[in-house]
Amino acid sequence: MKSKLVIDAKGIYYRDLNERIRQAVKEGVKEFELLNVSGQRYIGTALDGEIKFLIHGVAGQDTAAFMRGPYMRIEGNAQDGLGNTMDDGFVSCTGMAGDVMGYAMRGGQIHIHGDVGYRVGIHMKAYKDKLPVIVIGGKAGDFLGEYMAGGVIILLGLFSQDKDAPIAGRSLATGMHGGTIYVREYVPEYQLADNLLVEKADDEDRKLIEKYVRRFCEEFDEDIAKILDTDFLRIKPKSHRPYGKLYVG
Amino acid sequence: MINKPINQNYYDFVIERDKDLCINCRVCERQCSYQAHYWDENRQKVMHDNTRCVGCHRCEAFCPTGALTIRQNRSEFRENSLWKPWFLKNIYKQADSGGVLLAAMGNPAPYPIFWDHLLLDASQVTNPSIDPLREPMELRTYLGSKPDRLEFEESSEGKVSLKTKISPQIKLNYPIMFSAMSYGSINFNLHIAMARAATELGIVYNTGEGGLHPDLYQYGPNTIVQVASGRFGVHRDYLNAGTGIEIKIGQGAKPGIGGHLPGEKIGPGVSMTRMIPEGSDALSPAPHHDIYSIEDLRQLIYALKEATEYRLPVSVKIAAVHNSAAIASGIVRAGADIVAIDGFRGGTGAAPTMIRDNVGIPIEMALASIDQRLRDEGIRNHASIVVAGGIRCSADVVKAIALGADAVYIGSAALIAVGCTMCQRCYTGKCPWGIATNVPALARRQNPEIATRKLINLVRGWGHEIEEMLGGMGLNSIESLRGNREKLRAVGLNQVELDILGVKPAGR
Repeated sequence: MKSKLVIDAKGIYYRDLNERIRQAVKEGVKEFELLNVSGQRYIGTALDGEIKFLIHGVAGQDTAAFMRGPYMRIEGNAQDGLGNTMDDGFVSCTGMAGDVMGYAMRGGQIHIHGDVGYRVGIHMKAYKDKLPVIVIGGKAGDFLGEYMAGGVIILLGLFSQDKDAPIAGRSLATGMHGGTIYVREYVPEYQLADNLLVEKADDEDRKLIEKYVRRFCEEFDEDIAKILDTDFLRIKPKSHRPYGKLYVG
Repeated sequence: MINKPINQNYYDFVIERDKDLCINCRVCERQCSYQAHYWDENRQKVMHDNTRCVGCHRCEAFCPTGALTIRQNRSEFRENSLWKPWFLKNIYKQADSGGVLLAAMGNPAPYPIFWDHLLLDASQVTNPSIDPLREPMELRTYLGSKPDRLEFEESSEGKVSLKTKISPQIKLNYPIMFSAMSYGSINFNLHIAMARAATELGIVYNTGEGGLHPDLYQYGPNTIVQVASGRFGVHRDYLNAGTGIEIKIGQGAKPGIGGHLPGEKIGPGVSMTRMIPEGSDALSPAPHHDIYSIEDLRQLIYALKEATEYRLPVSVKIAAVHNSAAIASGIVRAGADIVAIDGFRGGTGAAPTMIRDNVGIPIEMALASIDQRLRDEGIRNHASIVVAGGIRCSADVVKAIALGADAVYIGSAALIAVGCTMCQRCYTGKCPWGIATNVPALARRQNPEIATRKLINLVRGWGHEIEEMLGGMGLNSIESLRGNREKLRAVGLNQVELDILGVKPAGR
């Protein structure tokens, strides 16, 4: 069995495509190149271990959901639910990604060169040595980091298709009770929920930002100096118990 | 008791202590986790504070001399059929705190209970009844999608085999499962008891949205793992650990809202299974934010099927609400193998009181309308129906199955089996019966061996009763009862209710 498998996904039903991939993984294939992917769902879902994916085209809904370990590079765009409840591994996308990317993500990294949709990174959580990280090169839709309980989101706002849009949509980090969001330069105050503590990123923060932005630049061949040449804002929740005093017994 | 806020002066229960019987042994003081009993140094005797009593009856059960009786407080406000004391006391509490009223267990309000208006048939003279003590009686139930038709093929040697691929099924020896109660809402001793009891009985229990403790993976063949909006403890091993996966959309006790497990309940064990740091709040959003439509639900159903290589049936649990029938039809079309419906009497560890007491519909109505809708659309065989929420006895199980259910979930009944007295204070985390608590000293009050035995006894007892009722109707298989509404007659219902239930009035 070859260690690399190239599949032309044109016209293949998602279930057959994923079954072929799972079968190949069981047979020891460690590297996949998928051509002409046009919205096939669940690619890489729940796969475990050191497997490499290079996807050309548009990765469908819930790509890399529940994934634990693989490296996946999408040359093109990704639809909704990329990295849904992802446990570990690395995903990068040279284009844009859709809504609810990284929902309840618990570990690993997702790097998107361009813009992302609504409710990205919601309910992300960190646990022990698991720290989920999302780096967004472009801009984000509403509710970025809603209910966020852990992990890191870095929002650069640089490589966007929409010049006029604010860097993040409405209700940024509403209900956030853990983790950190870093925004390059500035976010308009009206975008922020009122449960947030917004400060300038300090040297410790910048070290962390640099670590992940360096990876972003390696992945997308961007100039790190240009990205880091300005201030970042650090957004954290004021309380880890946002609803602690809501009830009476 | 003086100088307390009025919301505490109008207390609910009175502790009666028989002075002649009390030996001041202080058992009551040790048993009460609400400090209603205390030792008075000056008087050298046990005293009590009625305002702290929640009516759990733990002290009464443990008093060695029978000196204690817990009664409702007889103090009565001026009679008023509108402004009942319940409303007055709640308003006092909220005026003090500005908080949202919190409650637990199921809706206790006096809405109609349709189970109590339904009566079962029995055979007389014709179609003789069957004695289950001497004749085989089949309670085995398979949950999952059933094919529209069966195809067979014949080999060259003339051997006939089934050609149709059968969808994955959950095999149950009784049409009863332990309802979703998370590790966190109840403690580990009870989780292990449910797991062991389910294994010995040949049924399943449901993890709830709290992940699965590593020690419980061995009971996987008798486990349904739940995936809810917070995705706590959800990962590929967890999804593949059980015999089925349930997507929890809603819960009967609190339709339309999520859950908040407060940080103080996230100790080391709960932290490990939920995979969140100790002491952090576990917030489950009201909706799954990746599901805003039936198409999105289909996406998650198939994500779970892909993640488990189509080996496991996927259940979707919803609260019984006004349009349940249409929603259930969508759920089945979205590819669910099981539709679980939780009625408005369904229990919870914590819910806002207004939601618990005012949202949702009776499970009997939801069940009958969903079963009928799926039959009318010709898709009833595509999914099994499981009902939950206020199943109190085996007759309720039989009535539910006759109305169209494949099986039932029992939650409150299972907790009552291990000692719950329905005091409805689960949200305090101080359950004196050691059930809805993770305080080690309290959780120890549940011995997993004894709890396992009690759960097994309950289901076995109900099983015998179900066999008796089936036999009495002349049926020897639970399959013959499913959706067989001819076996039901109603008393005291109006024509519209009869139509929805699809049941004739008694005498017709």
